[in-house]
Amino acid sequence: MIYPSPTQNIGMQAKAESTGAAKANAGDSSASRTLWGDAFGRLKKNKLAIIAAVWIIFIILVALTADLWVPQTLGDPTATAANMAESSRLAPSLEHPFGTDTLGRDVLSRVIYGARISLTVGVVATGISTILGLIMGAIAAYYGGIWDTIIMRLADIFLAFPYTLFVVAMIAVIGNGIQNVFIAIGILGWPSIARVFRSAILSVKENDYVDAARAMGASDVRIVARHIFPNSVASIVVYATMNIGGAILTESALSFLGMGVVPPNPSWGTLIQDGQQYLQTEPWLMILPGLAILSTVLAFTLLGDGLRDALDVKMKDA
Amino acid sequence: MVKYIAKRILQFIPVFLGVTLILFIMQNVVPGDPIKLIAGERKLDPQVELNLRATHGFIETDADGKIIYDENGDTIDTPLWKRYVVYLTNLLQGNLGTSYQRGTEVTAIIAQKYPYTVQLALVAIVIEAIVGIGAGIISAIKRYSFWDILVTLVTSLLVAMPAFWFGMLLQLIFGIWLKDLTGGVIALPISGVAGPISKYPAWTYYILPACTLAAVSTAYTARIMRSQLLDVMNQDYIRTAKAKGLSKGAIIRKHALKNALIPVVTYVGMDFGAMLAGAILTETVFSWPGIGRETYIAITQRDWPIVMGTVTVIVCVVMIINLIVDVSYAFLDPRIRLGSSKNEG
Repeated sequence: MIYPSPTQNIGMQAKAESTGAAKANAGDSSASRTLWGDAFGRLKKNKLAIIAAVWIIFIILVALTADLWVPQTLGDPTATAANMAESSRLAPSLEHPFGTDTLGRDVLSRVIYGARISLTVGVVATGISTILGLIMGAIAAYYGGIWDTIIMRLADIFLAFPYTLFVVAMIAVIGNGIQNVFIAIGILGWPSIARVFRSAILSVKENDYVDAARAMGASDVRIVARHIFPNSVASIVVYATMNIGGAILTESALSFLGMGVVPPNPSWGTLIQDGQQYLQTEPWLMILPGLAILSTVLAFTLLGDGLRDALDVKMKDA
Repeated sequence: MVKYIAKRILQFIPVFLGVTLILFIMQNVVPGDPIKLIAGERKLDPQVELNLRATHGFIETDADGKIIYDENGDTIDTPLWKRYVVYLTNLLQGNLGTSYQRGTEVTAIIAQKYPYTVQLALVAIVIEAIVGIGAGIISAIKRYSFWDILVTLVTSLLVAMPAFWFGMLLQLIFGIWLKDLTGGVIALPISGVAGPISKYPAWTYYILPACTLAAVSTAYTARIMRSQLLDVMNQDYIRTAKAKGLSKGAIIRKHALKNALIPVVTYVGMDFGAMLAGAILTETVFSWPGIGRETYIAITQRDWPIVMGTVTVIVCVVMIINLIVDVSYAFLDPRIRLGSSKNEG
């Protein structure tokens, strides 16, 4: 399948690119109402986005505090049980709400610990691809000419690869493990961000205040950092939020193929892979980790949708 | 038009060179000596090992394939750039090299596996087009109704779940639970393709993998269809048609649908290209003997000639499909002028 880019016109209408210019107008309307305050006000009215945000915060808190309470109530997520034969692949019960795996480990606590890895991969990989994409997009748009051609052709080449195959091949080259998953997903994600940022810059660059800044002797880096970046940050925030979900999905796919996070560390993808062989007899082993991925990715998508609508100043006038 | 197509084909060249170059670099920085991997645990006879190195182009040979030695009696490693040039030359002659592990020609492997991927993609694209467009139309016509909400909900869920997990759920429901419920009378096969002694009719093997492959894109198709139709329904000419006294059904059939379908057809077309790239995950979950799974196995076995060969073929196929989609876009929508449109790949 191909994933349409969130800023393309696919029923979640692309408004992100206009937000840059729109923000400039919003800034001078009144001192007390900032863009972000305004946006937050609108975001609050979007029930789905708020539920999504609450869910994301909940998962993050659970993942962060897991050490404090998970071992007491559910058993160590990585250590194997002493009486393995007795506690292996138990059906869901009060003690183990989602059963236990082959090594007698509680599935729920492994899913909770898996949240750490999956969320970290989502955030860090998105961070890497966003930063790379910003730099590449800025160079392409700001310097134009030969730089633009080289970077955009390079983006074409990256996008011509079948994505999953490319990530898998990349992991085969650099080896598996969580750091390499960051790197592979991060490096391969830059072209789409670079395109979005490039077009955002191109539209902001036309503004007179950029010319004015240059006339006053501002350096290129200063113009990009002080004038262009703040005016396209809204589209970047929206794009990055949605990308986190995509990165979580990619990590789960890699781990499912055995090319991601290395056992015994639980990631949601490895947990599904573990459960696959017991699909006939103990299906709950793969259901819970899948639900964890589904709910989290959905939450990031909904939050991204909400942010996009909230940050779009045009909507306020309509 | 001809000029545009020629320009696009010219643009293929740098992308193609870039893709093969990146693969070539990957192949050469990957840890492990491929020739040692062929031997596995066994100790290779030195002469056999040399011959293998020669046939796979790692050391210099003369025109007859004889190994060239330097004055010290050592073999000469072929420089990287030369191996890349040799690879490209062979490629242009339709020679994709030989598998390290199996010793078979990569072209033969592709010829054997690719039909499975193409068949699966064809079934999946039919599902995607029918279900996606149908759901999108219903959703747009009966906006905010129960059906619209259902479509929105289902598409949101499909887009957010890992496709391979969805495939496993289908296996669980239609392959295992349904079988248990009906006492083994009704069930769908959950892995592989029909063989000479299989229990199920051959076509049933396509159902679950094709649904899995189509799932995410069907959701996107439905969303695009819905938003496009709603968009078109707000246009002036639709209001004119309404004022003329046409019924809602006639307006949608005769006026709205044609225009709303154009972006949908483009998306479905591009997605067909993506499906022809093989689906590692779907093919793995269902043990489908297609090109995606083959490439994945080759990657794990460090069998780079297969990886390079399949990915090269896949990238070419995807580029050609995308070109066809872009050109047909211009036929479908006369407002599009190809010469000035920017190729967004």
